[in-house]
Amino acid sequence: MMRAALSALLSHWRRNPLQLFTLVAGLALATALWSGVQAVNSEARASYDAAAATLGDGQYDQLLPAAGNTIPQATFIALRRAGWLVGPVVEGRIGAQGARVRLVGLDPLTTPAGLGPMTRAAAADLPSYLEQLPVYANAATAAKLEGVIDAPVVIDAGIAPDTAIADISVAQRLLDRQGDLSRLIVATQQPLGRPPLATVAPDLVRQPASGGSDVGRLTDSFHLNLTAFGLLSFAVGIFIVHGAIGLAFEQRRGMVRTLRALGMPLGPLIGLMAVELLALALLGGLTGVLLGYLIAASLLPDVAATLEGLYGAQVSGTLQLRPAWWLSGLGISVLGTAIAAAGALTGIARMPLLASARPRAWATARTTTRRLQIATALLLLTLAGALTVLGNGLIIGFALLGCLLIGAALLLPFLLDVALAGAQRIASGVTAQWFWADTRQQLPGLSLALMALLLAMAANIGVSTMVSSFRLTFTGFLDQRLASELYVATDSAAQAAALEAFTAPRVTETLPLLSVDTTLAGLPAELHGARIGATYRENWTLLDQAPDVWNRVADQHALLVNEQLARRAGLWVGDNLALEGGPTLPIAGVFGDYGNPIGQAIVAEPLFRNIHPDVTALRFGLRSDTPKALRAALEQELGLSAGSITDQAQIKAFSLSVFERTFTVTAALNVLTLAVAGFAIFMSLLTLAAMRLPQLAPAWALGLTRRRLGQLELIRAMVLAVLTASCALPLGLALAWVLLAVVNVEAFGWRLPMFLFPLDYAKLGVFALFAAVIAAVLPARRLARTPPSDLLKVFANER
Amino acid sequence: MLLSVHALTKSYAGADGPVPVLRGVDLTLAPGETLALTGESGSGKSTLLHLVGGLDTADSGEILLDGQNMMRLDDKGRAALRRSAVGIVFQQFNLIPSLDVAANIAFQARLAGRYDAQAADRLARALGLGAQLDKYPEQLSGGQQQRVAIARALAARPKLILADEPTGNLDEATAGEVLDQMLALVAETGAALMMVTHSRALAARMQRQLHLRQGTLA
Amino acid sequence: MNVKVFLLVLLLPLCAHAQGFAGLGGQAEGFAIPAPSPDFEFPADHGAHPEYRIEWWYLTANMTGPDGTAYGLQWTLFRSALAPHERQGWTSPQIWFGHAAVTTPDTHYAADRYARGGIGQAGVNSAPFAAWIDEWQLAGDSFDDMRLTAAGPEFAYDVELRAKGPLVFHGEGGYSVKSAQGQASYYYSQPFFDLSGTLTLPEGDVRVTGTAWLDREWSSQPLAADQTGWDWFSLSFDAGDKLMGFRLRQSDGSYYTSGTWITPEGQTTALPDGEFDATPLVTNPVAGRDIPTRWRLEVPSKDLNVTVQALNPQSWMDLTVPYWEGPVRVSGSTSGTGYLEMTGYE
Repeated sequence: MMRAALSALLSHWRRNPLQLFTLVAGLALATALWSGVQAVNSEARASYDAAAATLGDGQYDQLLPAAGNTIPQATFIALRRAGWLVGPVVEGRIGAQGARVRLVGLDPLTTPAGLGPMTRAAAADLPSYLEQLPVYANAATAAKLEGVIDAPVVIDAGIAPDTAIADISVAQRLLDRQGDLSRLIVATQQPLGRPPLATVAPDLVRQPASGGSDVGRLTDSFHLNLTAFGLLSFAVGIFIVHGAIGLAFEQRRGMVRTLRALGMPLGPLIGLMAVELLALALLGGLTGVLLGYLIAASLLPDVAATLEGLYGAQVSGTLQLRPAWWLSGLGISVLGTAIAAAGALTGIARMPLLASARPRAWATARTTTRRLQIATALLLLTLAGALTVLGNGLIIGFALLGCLLIGAALLLPFLLDVALAGAQRIASGVTAQWFWADTRQQLPGLSLALMALLLAMAANIGVSTMVSSFRLTFTGFLDQRLASELYVATDSAAQAAALEAFTAPRVTETLPLLSVDTTLAGLPAELHGARIGATYRENWTLLDQAPDVWNRVADQHALLVNEQLARRAGLWVGDNLALEGGPTLPIAGVFGDYGNPIGQAIVAEPLFRNIHPDVTALRFGLRSDTPKALRAALEQELGLSAGSITDQAQIKAFSLSVFERTFTVTAALNVLTLAVAGFAIFMSLLTLAAMRLPQLAPAWALGLTRRRLGQLELIRAMVLAVLTASCALPLGLALAWVLLAVVNVEAFGWRLPMFLFPLDYAKLGVFALFAAVIAAVLPARRLARTPPSDLLKVFANER
Repeated sequence: MLLSVHALTKSYAGADGPVPVLRGVDLTLAPGETLALTGESGSGKSTLLHLVGGLDTADSGEILLDGQNMMRLDDKGRAALRRSAVGIVFQQFNLIPSLDVAANIAFQARLAGRYDAQAADRLARALGLGAQLDKYPEQLSGGQQQRVAIARALAARPKLILADEPTGNLDEATAGEVLDQMLALVAETGAALMMVTHSRALAARMQRQLHLRQGTLA
Repeated sequence: MNVKVFLLVLLLPLCAHAQGFAGLGGQAEGFAIPAPSPDFEFPADHGAHPEYRIEWWYLTANMTGPDGTAYGLQWTLFRSALAPHERQGWTSPQIWFGHAAVTTPDTHYAADRYARGGIGQAGVNSAPFAAWIDEWQLAGDSFDDMRLTAAGPEFAYDVELRAKGPLVFHGEGGYSVKSAQGQASYYYSQPFFDLSGTLTLPEGDVRVTGTAWLDREWSSQPLAADQTGWDWFSLSFDAGDKLMGFRLRQSDGSYYTSGTWITPEGQTTALPDGEFDATPLVTNPVAGRDIPTRWRLEVPSKDLNVTVQALNPQSWMDLTVPYWEGPVRVSGSTSGTGYLEMTGYE
């Protein structure tokens, strides 16, 4: 009996191979999309981790020579033997085919874990690391090093441009600095009972950890938003799978009725269909994982890094698919199928034996389920509104996101129906009226695909708005904060004074970094003294400002606060803020301070020196048109150590290139999401086509040509796409707003400004239209070529 | 003559080559005349009706409808002729499910460009559909659906009504009622009627009866 | 003594990776191999033997505080060689590891250090004796009179060691066989240290006194392919006798055992395979695995039948390669204290 039933069920697919293909392909695409987003996330994470590993020595305190460039290796040993857990760094530049490559040498046995690529390599297999002692560099740098150095070069995409990282033994040899070190990295955890630094190594100064964290917090926020994108793509996938399965089941209601009438019990029948679905889900999921693999390999510019991140590739480059990767892809496919099929299977289970086997896709148009759907949608949207006003916390932020998306998706068919009904009312021609009425009739069958399109477009709009806003903010922030070409750390007031005197004729501006921990508005905060000049006036953009802001601050009549302080203390431009041990001044401007956890106020340098005469600036930003020459002069003529000079331009360029990579991939994924939604429409139209003959045949019999009917089908798809797009735009913007202004504030305490990109949205609209037309072409052509005899069969008794 | 059919043949593709359905049919129909086409299943009576209505194309022969040679018309021309000269009532699925009853009745007349709201309203009332005008086809009984189809066919004031077992899906009492109304209204509008039926009783109510047997008129 | 060998194999994947486990039993390329009837030369042999692949200076101590609370400490310096020689500078093939721990009845503190040879960060001098890695150090004018220091982020110790008896040689005069197939090491101990000094704990400094046991061992081909882990005991009984015994677990479920019975005067009796028997009585969940923390030990030839109980069952060395090592109490036919090390529990 089971075999007979199974062969009957399967015969449906044999008769409708296209439908089988669309179901499996739909599942595969949804899985691939999910995998693709995971890929971007992993890629972004891997890139940032690598960036942190290259740049991350900023997160540790460092010991630098008080004078000159060199720390004798004996000092390192003396420190270790005194209980100071420090890791040696030797640093220098080597000529490599016309370029200068910065070579950094580390010792993986004493360097804090995770710093530099070799700490990982050494932890994994110390002997083979020590046997090979490779040099790590990105592909471009590796090409420059070829033939220049005798050590093997391992390509690591995460390493900053024109930088190579090597074992300390190799670096000392290549730089010809045997026995010399440049600086020492101080581990975070230190043992008990260490003598003070001055008694062990009086020639070294300790430079506190700096930087790093800004970028770190900012990228955390970016990850969070990408995670939200992952959820969105999953929702789109579920809608697509739901549509595919729902329609496939709809068509087999007649067969189920017949099978039951012939004595097949309901339970085993449902079981058979579940098993059948599981097999299809596995097939689709497997295909999807492979597709995702291809997507990852072709989309992500740096295949090696990607594959390492995603698939656990060996360093040698042989490819390995991680079991977890396979399983999560298959899991998504099966879970999505289960969610999507639950409704269809329940429907079959509840169907009375003698119920009409006629497809009811269009018959449900005016039933109570629709009213329930509208009520649910309105409830969810109301809840979203209430959460926006009343809610607090990250979970609430995500709940808000969920309510907004599901509510909008559920409401979509109703909105479209209202719009179409309006069009029907004002339409004058009879064909036009029929067209609108028939489009309305089609809505229930297409609504799932249209919801998928809505979510896909909204996700695209939301995510591209978020990502682009993020990019603008981030680059602006980098320009603002890393405006100086060089940053220099000195170790004494005397050296600082010497530096100021030395640089005065050589730079366009010298900016002392003056700061002190203080309490502002009852909260722990930092007070900064700024030398207000061209750098501040030209590079700093303020979130809000009073007129003539910079002159007032420079004249000591006003101050600036960061967004965190303003939000926490409930202050804004025009309010007064009392400085500890100083005057009370009005706030003339609020600046964005992304990544900084605590409050900050900025006053003019003279005022700062008045309030805190004891604080001297030891770190300086230097503005120069010739940073390289300046750097050389500082090292050679003033005798500053290389480690005390930071080239911010390089950091900036590297940070931006990391972001660019992510943006490229996000854009590509946007196209993919739309393609998947377009596919869903195609599938729905194709499946509906057969069902629609009884609706179209009378219109044909009464005098509309098949060609005209086909044209109308195309126009219908475009109209629906345009209407859906016009719903997706506000939804996408709302989504971006929630991500930037709610989720981000809850997670990190600052709001990312939202920028609008109308051209991008227009482009997206054209893409969506294009996708809809492509999806409708084949069904429309098939309709235009339907033989009259097929149309006539509608009217005949045999049907 | 409103309709003149000469030496009409039609065959369909079968497993062992073409299967002839019509093997040279001749018939004429005068304006206002009513004609019953009877015959066994497969005798070709529905095919003949479809060919006359321009719903399908013949292999050879001649169909002159309202002075136009059907055989020379393309898809578009046949659609135009269907719109303007012919009203069709099928056994089932006559109606456009997305339109309400009033719109369904008006549909063909408006396509043909001779919609008369008053006349349509009168027709609907005459067929007892006055209370159903804003309902949708799926909310109607089978008899009501067929009445709507008849009203729609007549509303366009065609010269020829083609009906294919119009009451075949209805119970006997309803069928009689619907047929009475149809014949009365056809007579009133002066249209000719060609009806396919296998019921002798129905056929007897037409002015003329033709019996098809294996693709030829007996 | 203890098959820290096993630990080291894990610590330095070199052995496993470069040769495979089967290769371990064969000749290590270029490395010297221990031979029977060793002729030790002191103090030179207290120093490092770079021509052997692995070596350690391993000290454990049982102590009590002023209020009678029991404590344990561990200090180990491992040497592992990639090539059988030493070279000055960063390219030295000698790698050094240090492990230090303090165990109280309720807490176990542990720390580790890594260093390359050739740069002075870690090493061993034989005369005057000094073994060090970073600021951790075991050093003194002679091997009988030393000071031991180590520190981690939460603990430190600084203790004096004074030998009250002679060196003790395991196996055949210091040639200790580790498997039925003949793998062996050089192995001697100084189990007669008296200890006094200070433990620094988060609660404050504690003056302690007690006894300590120092193991010296080096080899190049430590393990048989089918040996999966190790339970090692060093016990000091109240009567003055001492026992070193270990049980090498083999993948087929059988054991290879070996031991040394030491009289209060330092006379030794080797206990060949099977004469020393250890049976787990109670296991505890430790770091997600089941670890035996109460044992029955039997040496019928010495009328020994005792129960060994861990002072702190959670004496887990949560380091790069994790293992269990901590002080124990002995009760039964006689009583005493000692140390237990267990490796290879998954």
